[in-house]
Amino acid sequence: MTTAAPERPALPSPGRVYRTRAGVELKEFFRQRESVVFTLVFPVVLLLALGAVLDYDLGSGVDFPQYFMAGVITAGVVGSSLQNMAIHIAGERSDGTLKSLAGTPMPKSAYFLGKVVQVLAVTAATVALLLLVGVAVYGIDLPSGVDWLTFAWVTVLGAAACTLLGIAVSSLARNGRSASATVTPIALVLEFVSGVFLPFEQVPGWLQDLASVFPVKWLAQGLRSVFLPDALAASEPAGSWELGRVALVLAAWCVAGLVLCVLTFRWQDRGTR
Amino acid sequence: MTSTSAHVVADDRPHPGDPLDPDAAISVRGLVKRYGDRAAVDGLDLDIRRGEIFALLGPNGAGKTTTVEILEGHRSRDAGDVRVLGVDPARGGRRWRADLGIVLQSGGGDSQLSVREQLQARASYYADPRDPAEVLELVGLTAQADARGRALSGGQRRRFDVALGIVGRPRLLFLDEPTTGFDPEARRQFWAMVRSLRDLGTTMLLTTHYLDEAETLADRVGVLAHGRLAEVAVPAALGGRGTAPAVVSWTEDGVRRTAETTTPTAFVQDLAARFPGEVPDLAVGRPTLEDVYLKMIGDRA
Repeated sequence: MTTAAPERPALPSPGRVYRTRAGVELKEFFRQRESVVFTLVFPVVLLLALGAVLDYDLGSGVDFPQYFMAGVITAGVVGSSLQNMAIHIAGERSDGTLKSLAGTPMPKSAYFLGKVVQVLAVTAATVALLLLVGVAVYGIDLPSGVDWLTFAWVTVLGAAACTLLGIAVSSLARNGRSASATVTPIALVLEFVSGVFLPFEQVPGWLQDLASVFPVKWLAQGLRSVFLPDALAASEPAGSWELGRVALVLAAWCVAGLVLCVLTFRWQDRGTR
Repeated sequence: MTSTSAHVVADDRPHPGDPLDPDAAISVRGLVKRYGDRAAVDGLDLDIRRGEIFALLGPNGAGKTTTVEILEGHRSRDAGDVRVLGVDPARGGRRWRADLGIVLQSGGGDSQLSVREQLQARASYYADPRDPAEVLELVGLTAQADARGRALSGGQRRRFDVALGIVGRPRLLFLDEPTTGFDPEARRQFWAMVRSLRDLGTTMLLTTHYLDEAETLADRVGVLAHGRLAEVAVPAALGGRGTAPAVVSWTEDGVRRTAETTTPTAFVQDLAARFPGEVPDLAVGRPTLEDVYLKMIGDRA
């Protein structure tokens, strides 16, 4: 059996492994009650709680729930992508799952593709649930016509940027246990200064400038253009929705996130033996 | 070391500067790995033959894990030549990985998938995997196929790690302290499984802290101390054990007596002649693997 080992069959095609990984990642997420509750239900609770407490008119006939839809969907997208990736990948790194996978002939790209499929599915489920509750409870006006297209590209581009950022951030955490404690405050602060929980024009100017560096602000702004009448664009810092700049900044964050991922991704915890 | 000549005969590791052995499953020359200014591996030479079970012994910090992780392609090296199944691990691709099986120490994870689902997913990464159901049978987890990893006991968990390691039908299997936390019965079952894998032609590199495990399973053992191989030998000959003086002990006039002798048979015959019947509390022993191992790593401490 030594030298004249018979030729072994070919390795499975990457496509087949991609399908396996996509299935694995979907099962991993939707079977874990904590992550489903945290990611899918938390934004809904936020919508119901803040919608019940805050009830003021923002002008142009827009009530708070209608204004808040963009913010709460932003929180849902950030939870499905940035927080989900950062916390779960750090956990998989700490418990040896990543090292174990790295020792197999699985193409490394298959791991990331599985994560992308998971984020897409979770994001779609979160957004659908929020729209459903928004319409059923608050009678939210759904986007119409071309707004749906804007809704789709802003959400997908925002989720992509936040996913890559989440994968990069997972490498910052010392281990899986500390990841949640590291990432959740980062996400909350970013959401707060980006006008997710309150009208963006009420955020102090210097915090608005700070928020403008990060993708969450642009995601929320793009979504406001979908859910708010164009008259309210005047309240934005630039006096318009700046959709071109939204696309540009989110795309730039995708590139930066990808570079960070490639530079920092580790298949095992830092300093393990 | 009791006898220098026996030591040389028993030790069959390659010498620094020897060429790599192209027929070996693993061939290592002059391997060095430094962390800062400390050399964790400091000039290691080793050949592991195809089809053998090789046990790597050594205290914590001797460089076992670093060495194994370099061979697995999980860690870079600072110097030396390494071939694992003919390929440099630093450049091993998917084809090469498909011929390896790795059973990690920390293995596992907190998966939401059942044992069967995880094994099926793992099998799908390989060119010529074993049937997951047969693997579960082999490691004795058929009854746990639908359980999630979390629900397994420590021993079952470890056997599942082994199942993940062998489902790809590896030609070379790395086993890192595979029976830590096993009860004696589970260890015997595990040993039987390792032997059946050897019968299927799998080469195995085993690291362990259990000397009885090394003695039972391994064709050869290597002792690592301070980043170098102190000795490589068949378990019965390690540290000159095979030719070391036997220790005879007995009780005479109410006192426990011991004597070292190279001719234990003649010695016991003489002893028998001095007593009317049975020699009280007679025992004849050779140094155990543990005795020579502790002496060996102590010498170099």
